[in-house]
Amino acid sequence: MLPDSIQTWFTAKGWSIHPHQHAMLERRSDPATLLIAPTGGGKTMAGFLPTLADLATTPHDGLHTLYVSPLKALAADIKRNLRTPVDEIGLPIRIEDRTGDTSQSRKRRQRADPPHILLTTPESLALLTSYPDAHRTFKGLQRIIVDEIHALAESKRGDQLMLALSRLQDLCPDMLRVGLSATVDDPNAIARTLACYPNPCEIVLADPGPAPDIAMLKVDQPPPWAGGGAAYAIPAVLEQIKQHKTTLIFHNTRAQAEIFFHNLWLANDDSLPIAIHHGSLDRDQRERVEGAMVCGELRAVVCTGSLDLGIDWGDVDLVIQIGAPKNVKRLVQRIGRANHRYNAPSKARLVPANRFEVVECRAALEAVQAGDLDGETPRTGPLDVLCQHILITACAGPFAADALFAQVTTVGDYATLSRTQFDACLDFCATGGYALKAYDQWQRLVQRPDGLWQLRDPRAATRIRMNLGTIQDADLLKVRLKRSRGGKPLGQVEEAFAASLTPGDTFLIGGRIVRYEGLREMTVEVSRNANKKPKVAVFSGTKFATSTQLSQRILQMFKQDHWPELPPHTADWLHLQRAVSELPRAGHLLFESFPHDGRAYSCIYGFAGRNAQQTLGLLLTKRMEELGLDPLGFVSTDYATLIWGLEPVIDPEPLFDPSGLREGLEGWLAGNLVMKRSFRAVATVAGLIERNQPGARKNGRQATFSSDILYDTLRKYDPDHLLLKVTRDEAMRGLVDFGRIEELLTQIQGRITHRQLDRITPLAAPLLLEIGKVPVKGAGEEKLLQQETEDLMRKSGLSDLPS
Amino acid sequence: MTGFDFSFAGTTLTALGAGALWWPNMRMLVVSDLHLGKSERHARRGGGPLPPYETADTLQRLSQLIAQSDPACVICLGDTFDDLAAAQALSTQERALLHDLIGARRWIWIEGNHDPAPTDFGGEHHSALNIGPLTFRHIADPETQGEVSGHYHPKARVRSTSRPAFLVDPARVILPAFGTYTGGLRSTDPALTTLMSPNALAILTGPRPLPVPMPR
Repeated sequence: MLPDSIQTWFTAKGWSIHPHQHAMLERRSDPATLLIAPTGGGKTMAGFLPTLADLATTPHDGLHTLYVSPLKALAADIKRNLRTPVDEIGLPIRIEDRTGDTSQSRKRRQRADPPHILLTTPESLALLTSYPDAHRTFKGLQRIIVDEIHALAESKRGDQLMLALSRLQDLCPDMLRVGLSATVDDPNAIARTLACYPNPCEIVLADPGPAPDIAMLKVDQPPPWAGGGAAYAIPAVLEQIKQHKTTLIFHNTRAQAEIFFHNLWLANDDSLPIAIHHGSLDRDQRERVEGAMVCGELRAVVCTGSLDLGIDWGDVDLVIQIGAPKNVKRLVQRIGRANHRYNAPSKARLVPANRFEVVECRAALEAVQAGDLDGETPRTGPLDVLCQHILITACAGPFAADALFAQVTTVGDYATLSRTQFDACLDFCATGGYALKAYDQWQRLVQRPDGLWQLRDPRAATRIRMNLGTIQDADLLKVRLKRSRGGKPLGQVEEAFAASLTPGDTFLIGGRIVRYEGLREMTVEVSRNANKKPKVAVFSGTKFATSTQLSQRILQMFKQDHWPELPPHTADWLHLQRAVSELPRAGHLLFESFPHDGRAYSCIYGFAGRNAQQTLGLLLTKRMEELGLDPLGFVSTDYATLIWGLEPVIDPEPLFDPSGLREGLEGWLAGNLVMKRSFRAVATVAGLIERNQPGARKNGRQATFSSDILYDTLRKYDPDHLLLKVTRDEAMRGLVDFGRIEELLTQIQGRITHRQLDRITPLAAPLLLEIGKVPVKGAGEEKLLQQETEDLMRKSGLSDLPS
Repeated sequence: MTGFDFSFAGTTLTALGAGALWWPNMRMLVVSDLHLGKSERHARRGGGPLPPYETADTLQRLSQLIAQSDPACVICLGDTFDDLAAAQALSTQERALLHDLIGARRWIWIEGNHDPAPTDFGGEHHSALNIGPLTFRHIADPETQGEVSGHYHPKARVRSTSRPAFLVDPARVILPAFGTYTGGLRSTDPALTTLMSPNALAILTGPRPLPVPMPR
């Protein structure tokens, strides 16, 4: 199976080939193969072995294998790891990477004279396909390897990649597809994404290795009632760090990671080498941490999802997850970070941050043990990515609409795309797709007499390439120490957060408290002389909603008579709730009303996840406002929404009338910030808004401004526009998550249990302590603004000046 | 029309919440930076096809203001059109709407940096104009007193709300941009902090105009 030279090398190393590596060699001429292997299972080698075997026996001119990974760092890492065996075996193979960091001259040369193996990212690949000479660059391409495909599936980056693959497949009909994935719940879904529809895709499952050793971390103190800091567990975590070689401490958000890291150092009396790593930190700083990690110099790293992907981080023997993992799949992948050696069990400990998370962590543990990963509903390819793909295609040269449509529908997620939808996207790319036909002579794409579509102005190709990609950075500003000529970069914060700072304010970044000094051009300048308690930076880290499957498990647990598997402090709490009110049940909606602190409170246990509960809060308070109940505010968690106001709710049923809620949603969506943010992302991906323009990069603030105006203008004059539809669909699934509210309403079928009580209930009490309370604003905002401006005028003495 | 009255160069002016300046004594309405035809210019230059509704939207808002105030004279402080070709490219309906607005009243075009030459919509054309104690021009001249200008598209932030704003000090008034597709320059930008005196006001536009000490 293997050429002698490679076999000899394996033997000399004293290595044998894993069964799944063997299986990949056997399937070397299948059109599509998906390998599912645990971290550390020699996955990448399994992907490359057929390429090496091929090139060892048959000389090849030009590009043979294209490797695509979601991370630039991974491409560079693989280049190093592949170089060694190739050199030692003595194979005449050229290996190069091509990412955003590759120099222009090198990129140009790669197009004319590609290496045998090219390592790249989805964006760089899409860019390569946009050049008119793409057919020459990719001539002779045999295989494409998509690494960490589970991280790309179900994302716009993955959609863009698969669309690029459909184009490559047309250029190179013999190209074979290989996907490499970590453990996932539904390998078939990923196989469908990978294959050229309707071709089948064989799935190779590697031995998953021994079951992980995973449990809740034993902490003497009970967790607090609310919050996400888990400061109570610091001593126990430090003890674990001491007992292990290297520990990864995962957090769900960057802000929480910063606070925890800060607290950990305050208690780190032995000065153990502990570092922090997350996506908002400066690249140099991250690379230093990564380097120290590989050399085994660190005992622990406090991190976020930025360490989720498969780079080899040396000898990690413990993973600690702080806070409930929110979905089981992510937990499993994080556990896999420990013991990056094949056939050694990974060890992981969960630390619930508050009392409710004890229940959630328990449910997640049971799900992991049952091998029950949360499935996601199948998705259809987003149209904004298709619009960008059409523009990229046009950059490469004239195209026929029929042929492009046929090509696009070979992508699994676009297989059900209708011709009408495709034509709407093409029309958007050509004319903007507006009801009002204007500036016809300036169309972006024009149809030639022979029916082919092309760019009206070939110079537009440069602008389209400059704005290629689907990753939406929040508008981030660099943070630097203030020095005469630009101090040390520390990382980034969101522009909106920077705008909320006044000189003298303090915040945490990279585990340090810094003092805000001012904004200089696009940089936040800070100093170290901070003596105040820090405000926490609002990083862009996503707030994950608890998955449907995990929520259902929690409701199942609530049905038990006793909870021997839970620590007494949590079990007692649930018993008390059962005695005072009742525990929420699946298929019923528990609605508690009680007075507290002079206000009328209602607690609604929807178990619909944070985003949907937040939307529910907005919609219910809107209905309550209409009914004269004077709601004043609300707060939401993954499992409930707590609303307070002046009047008690006597009958909750009218509040949950589905058509009423849907109507409320329509009205509310109009001016909603979430929608505007979604629109900005969609309009940027679809090519309506250009983040980069020839000359200067448009700053984030101006982009925000104009995209909001475009959104308002479209809603007013062209409410059926394609991009508004895409925005709406996206928000309904994502941040607004109305889908889960609909799901909830279907499940309860009007079964609402209304409990009117004389005091706050045990399950509702923690919500009072939650941060993120949302005030209900009617005409209130204008009033507040007026008060504030009058106040400022008075304080400044300007209002006394004769006007 | 909600407005904030202030004394300026010996006369009284009203900053309207809609983003226009009203001079009651002269029954004069002043607007700046309409940038009509912006989406057309954007598309012409190879940019994305922006929703082509901003000209109609801007003219409709102007038409409402004119209906409410019935001015004897209207001054457009420059950058009325995104460029001269954009002015040529207005649709028939948009032209008709603009002609209706101009009607029989005195209409003054001040030249801007985007539209330096006269357009064919009638009215008077000036690079700058003195009326009574006031001087109207597009870009503020630091040496002039009693000046009303535009160009900078100023905006100001109070609490977490940022809105287009008038900037007022004893020597000058700078108008916010009136056009629908216009971005803004923060009052904290050096271009504005050096131009405006320390006791300058910013008047935020909106449902009711809100005066604040100009944020610096």
